[in-house]
Amino acid sequence: MGRGRAAGGALSAAGAGGGGSRAEPGRSDPPASPRSMAGLGGGPAAFGRCTHAVVRALPESLCRQALRSTAGPEVDFARAEREHQLYVGVLRGKLGLQVLELPADESLPDCVFVEDAAVVCEETALLTRPGAPSRRKEVEAMKRVLESLNLNMVEMVDENATLDGGDVLFTGREFFVGLSKRTNQRGAEILADTFKDYAVSTVPVHDSLHLKSFCSMAGPNLIAIGSSEAAQKALKTMQQMSDHRYDKLTVPDDAAANCIYLNIPSKGHVLLHRAPEEYPESAKVFEKLKDHMLIPIANTELEKVDGALTCCSVLINKTSEL
Amino acid sequence: MTTEVGSETEVKKDAEQVGPDKAKGKPEEASETPGNDKSRKASSEETQDSPVPAPTSPSSPSSQKKEKDSSESKGISRFLPPWLKKQKSYTLAEPKDESKKRATGEEQVAEESESHPSEGMAQPKRSLETVAENNAKADDKEEKHSVSSAETQPAKEDGKEMEVEKVTEEKEEKEKRETKEVQTAESIPQKPPKKIKTVQCKVVLLDGTEYSCDLEKKAKGQILFDKVCEHLNLLEKDYFGLLFYENSDQKNWLDSSKEIKRQIRSLPWLFTFNVKFYPPDPSQLTEDITRYFLCLQLRQDIASGRLPCSFVTHALLGSYTLQAEMGDHDPDEHRSDYISDFQFAPNQTQEMEEKVAELHKTHRGLTPAQADSQFLENAKRLSMYGVDLHHAKDSEGVDIMLGVCANGLLIYKDRLRINRFAWPKILKISYKRSNFYIKVRPAELEQFESTIGFKLPNHRAAKRLWKVCVEHHTFFRLLSPEQPPKSKFLTLGSKFRYSGRTQAQTRQASNLIDRPAPYFERSSSKRVSRSLDGAPMSISDQSLLRDFRTRGQPGGDKIIDLAAAGEAKLKEGGREDDGSPLKTPQLELIQDGKKKGDHIFQVKTLPGKEKQWTAMPSIAGTKPEETDKKHASRAEGPCTEVSNADKSSHETLDIVEEKKQAEVGIEETLVIDETNKGKIQVATDAGETCKVEHLPKKDSSSLPSDSSSSSSSESEDEEVGEYQPHHRAVEEVIREEQEEEEDVKRKEHEEKIQHVEATLEVSQLTVPAECTQVAAEDLVQENATAIPTEEKNLSEEIKQDLGEEKEEEQLKLNGDVSHVDTDVSPQIICCSEPPVVKTEMVTISDATQRTEISTKEVPIVQTETKTITYESPQFDGSAGGGAGVLLSAQTITSESISTTTTTHITKMVKGGVSETRIEKRIVITGDADIDHDEALAQAIKEAKEQHPDMSVTRVVVHKETELAEEDED
Repeated sequence: MGRGRAAGGALSAAGAGGGGSRAEPGRSDPPASPRSMAGLGGGPAAFGRCTHAVVRALPESLCRQALRSTAGPEVDFARAEREHQLYVGVLRGKLGLQVLELPADESLPDCVFVEDAAVVCEETALLTRPGAPSRRKEVEAMKRVLESLNLNMVEMVDENATLDGGDVLFTGREFFVGLSKRTNQRGAEILADTFKDYAVSTVPVHDSLHLKSFCSMAGPNLIAIGSSEAAQKALKTMQQMSDHRYDKLTVPDDAAANCIYLNIPSKGHVLLHRAPEEYPESAKVFEKLKDHMLIPIANTELEKVDGALTCCSVLINKTSEL
Repeated sequence: MTTEVGSETEVKKDAEQVGPDKAKGKPEEASETPGNDKSRKASSEETQDSPVPAPTSPSSPSSQKKEKDSSESKGISRFLPPWLKKQKSYTLAEPKDESKKRATGEEQVAEESESHPSEGMAQPKRSLETVAENNAKADDKEEKHSVSSAETQPAKEDGKEMEVEKVTEEKEEKEKRETKEVQTAESIPQKPPKKIKTVQCKVVLLDGTEYSCDLEKKAKGQILFDKVCEHLNLLEKDYFGLLFYENSDQKNWLDSSKEIKRQIRSLPWLFTFNVKFYPPDPSQLTEDITRYFLCLQLRQDIASGRLPCSFVTHALLGSYTLQAEMGDHDPDEHRSDYISDFQFAPNQTQEMEEKVAELHKTHRGLTPAQADSQFLENAKRLSMYGVDLHHAKDSEGVDIMLGVCANGLLIYKDRLRINRFAWPKILKISYKRSNFYIKVRPAELEQFESTIGFKLPNHRAAKRLWKVCVEHHTFFRLLSPEQPPKSKFLTLGSKFRYSGRTQAQTRQASNLIDRPAPYFERSSSKRVSRSLDGAPMSISDQSLLRDFRTRGQPGGDKIIDLAAAGEAKLKEGGREDDGSPLKTPQLELIQDGKKKGDHIFQVKTLPGKEKQWTAMPSIAGTKPEETDKKHASRAEGPCTEVSNADKSSHETLDIVEEKKQAEVGIEETLVIDETNKGKIQVATDAGETCKVEHLPKKDSSSLPSDSSSSSSSESEDEEVGEYQPHHRAVEEVIREEQEEEEDVKRKEHEEKIQHVEATLEVSQLTVPAECTQVAAEDLVQENATAIPTEEKNLSEEIKQDLGEEKEEEQLKLNGDVSHVDTDVSPQIICCSEPPVVKTEMVTISDATQRTEISTKEVPIVQTETKTITYESPQFDGSAGGGAGVLLSAQTITSESISTTTTTHITKMVKGGVSETRIEKRIVITGDADIDHDEALAQAIKEAKEQHPDMSVTRVVVHKETELAEEDED
């Protein structure tokens, strides 16, 4: 289920190149500012900055009990684990993120998809109320780990609200929230109230599980979008709702449009995308991104239970020390 | 000075009555003793100051009135055109009474004396002078009126006095206009200066201080705004505006191009200085001082919750505020609690203050200007930055918010953006009653444009939203690279347009600013925050916001665990929610009360006319297609002020059409104005207007010239407005609802009227009839003489009626007219009895805003209200240079005992199109002895016979009862 990462980029003022006075505070507990220094690119330029990642091990119950939209081949648990370990390895080893790995909970077959449990943007985390009742308890572990990061926490306690992080697309400038089977208007409203700085627009999602089942951010101003009719329609909606004009990267496969963009200080633009073995045509499109460091990651097993790349992590940009 | 012209004699008489004053201005007269030989007096005068050889000096003060009158008229007669002569005699009948009534004649005398010299010099153009004089006289009357009202009722309640004074002012203004027109046409000496009335204005500035100044009562908004900006030393002022709250809890922007008193209806004049257009990129502002004021505004917006921020953003912005106002953090000086005095957020927590303090430390070295810039760079990215929110409901009755911003229109449901219409996507913006519509370009795969409607709480809100849209579109979109300057929007019902500079223009202008950065003191936002904290305003603000929250977001926020984060709890509420001290429920009252007070009803005077109307393309409501065309052709319009250059003939035509519509709305309405003036106006469609007026003795205002009295305030109240952001003439405007619109207009009128009447009831008393009569006669005279001046108005009316027929000259009337250029001397028969029926009402078509001497009270106001509808646009148009060139104008008058028929034939050239308009006015005046209905019917019948295809556009009945000034209180 939750596919797509929670709040992708946390924007930090410090990173954005503080013009002048406001240098990155060197003290032990410097406050994070939501925006970067004035006139220097601001939030969008800092898009993709990330220091921490929350992931969760996959339970064996996933193979049989995980929710899935379509029946199909059974998940090869061993392979799924290997792929997941590779994924975590990239985040931790290759990109140098501080990865907080939660243990699996066999009673929560979908718990590996941490993205759905929380939306983190800057220093604020919204703990969601997942649309699938069986997944609500996933939030508890997420809450604990985010508390340990000293984030501002907002909990979605409204029993009429549902929100899966997979329906939340943060572009660096605004939020788009897919109204899907898992996410309703009320959930979106609460998200809007939580992240007051940003416009929050709703996008109807009909044919897929989540909004991010067919799109994601592939760069600071770049939306990767699938080619399906539903995906294109959703993109149009988003374009109409936004005051900003985004570039788009259209890939042939909807599933491949879910990728992870990171802005790592030592590496620049980094893009985790689906492996060419899975989606060769889409991979070719990604390979045209010359400025990006491309990291193909296979996700064949979790995809069987609707899992995408973003689903398996919550990325956090913690500018202040803990 | 006094001798020559008839009207002047009257003036002189006034002077004489005043005695001592007269002595000042006219020594020779003073020396004369009562009962002096007229000839002697005349000769002495002649030799002394008047170049005129006429032995026509008025009789001395003590001489009997009759004698005086007769002698005067005789003496003067040879110098006067016949029509004037006659009028003169009328005028002469009353002066004494008038002066009696007058509490003080001093001002008047002064004015008169001023006006005289010019007369003397301009002798060859006597008739012209007469016109001018008449105008002047009218002005005098105005003055008298206002003076007397002011003096006799010093204890009057504020509001009421305001009302009365306003009326008089308006009338004065109108008079002035007329005079001006005459002057331009005939180069006549200036109208004498008037005593200036001032009103105190208070403006709350962004730093919480108050600026006050005295303004001339008829000052336009621009004057006050300029004063304030001057006080603030602000050059880049186009981003700012003045707000007032009145009769509603919603804010209104003061229109710079209109008189203040027409916009703000109550005393005191209290405004707040605010940012009106939030620059999307504040770094492009030229001066730091401008940024400073923008910062102050944003701090208010943030602290009040209008501009929602996250906790962290509150803290960051707060820290920049501290840096700007307090400089670098000083550990010694700034103890932990130094921040508590500031308000950074609606709900400020200890945690937030700590965060602010921490951030403040990191800003070391930033100058105040730099800190402000940083503040703005962060604030501008807030999603609600510069979004002007309005409550509305969608088509299904769901509460939503409409946000107007630099880029277009945003639709919110609760806090969610559910739709967005960028300016380029919007083809038309309109409002009708309380509905607001946008017509949007077809989407990519769609073929048809769609119109989306929203329901606003009331029509004022709808109009306000519409205006804000028009202004924002113009300011941000026009003359910008994306939008060719020629693109226009247009207004139909409303003539409103943004008259200021666009952002592009103001940027250009700002580039020319060449002054050293002005020094200004950054007042501590402590003060602001304190006032926000403590003042009732902020309290109501917050409570309103909460209100809104609970209303708009049922089941809302409680769910959110705010405590942990210390999130500000307040949701953004509409800006309209700003608590305003002036909030009153009056609006509702007005709307509800429509039917109660008005004595107007619709009369199908001429059955069968309707068909004619339908045949007329210009008729609203009857032929949608026609009107569509009209609208389409009208596409250039309002923008003119913005793009000064390309005003085309189209524009004028458009305006004309507008007027036509307005007129149509009122056609066949019989207005009975019970309170004090009786007037029946029958206007016929084919370009003829027959006006039948019942003129009670005193009713000067009831004269046909009413048509000329427009007031710009009109635009404040129409219920319909359209605005087409681009692609002029391309789209067809569908206006099936035109009738509805007209209805609305009527209602609008009614509202106004009602408003007035509320005041009236208090003051319905009897007034000596004579005084008014004088006024009436003067007016008549003026009317007759001032024909040239009226022409514009007339032509406007003509246009209204003729519409598409402009090209063909309608001269059919000519043959029928019996007298050409004969004198106009309507017989005024005093009728004490109210004419016609009063019953339900439809519309007050119009009337004059004129104030007569006797009627300083409400009635005037009423008239004013009515007039507003059509007229003001005219003035605007003519003022803007769009007026046509008058080719010729004829006035033909015939009269019978109680009926005066005036036919005006005007040819105008406007934008290369020549139009001829024939308007016939029948004025029936009389007292109880006359059967007005019969007279009216007769007049109409006659007119009908003459011009079978004419139709009646207006019937106005004014009934005047006598009012006593003293009783007004």
